[in-house]
Amino acid sequence: MRHYEVTFIVDPVLSKEEINETAKSYLDKLAELECTIIHVDEMGLRQLTYPINKRTSGIYYCVEFAIEKQIDVDVIEALELSLRRDERLLRFLTVVLDKHGIKYNDDKRKGLIVKYDKENRKKSTDKELIDEIQD
Amino acid sequence: MATRDDIKFLTNPNIGQRNKKYCRFKKYGIKYIDYKDADFLLQFVNEQGKILPRRITGNSLKYQRKIATAVKRARHLALLPYVTDLLK
Repeated sequence: MRHYEVTFIVDPVLSKEEINETAKSYLDKLAELECTIIHVDEMGLRQLTYPINKRTSGIYYCVEFAIEKQIDVDVIEALELSLRRDERLLRFLTVVLDKHGIKYNDDKRKGLIVKYDKENRKKSTDKELIDEIQD
Repeated sequence: MATRDDIKFLTNPNIGQRNKKYCRFKKYGIKYIDYKDADFLLQFVNEQGKILPRRITGNSLKYQRKIATAVKRARHLALLPYVTDLLK
């Protein structure tokens, strides 16, 4: 079993249904390719830090999935091909997760990871607390 | 009046002393750096969005490499800028 994570940015000009449809089409695609979808994170509308295709914002989606080792490469290639051909997307990124990444995502879902706060730098202290709990 | 024992140092000995740098990932046991957490990664770039060197952040080599890949991934996804000014 290998865990992957694919993040993609959907064009914000599309209607809500079209956006949902786009995301759903990739979930279907993954299911079709015999992957087990672990988690879908809708990060929502975010401002891009630089314009892509004359868009200044985008809707972020992040899908974590796992596949059996034997069929690995073809699945990713097939997925990336369809992502590349899709004009509704601005960007995408596929990443292999190592064991720490899997654990991190797991903890994040459980709410153990505290979002880093820019204003009052609390993260380090919270992180210590988390580590104590984990130990 | 101050006796002779009270006056120990003519200059403050703490001046010029610096806190030793440390790798926060090792210290707090952070194993994975999330490329989607742009606010966190902002600590490791300067105002132009360049990755800060190890001699400033104090990261160990292992985690500096991970920071570098995370920042580059974040840039690709437009979570961090490639080039900018007045980032912070």
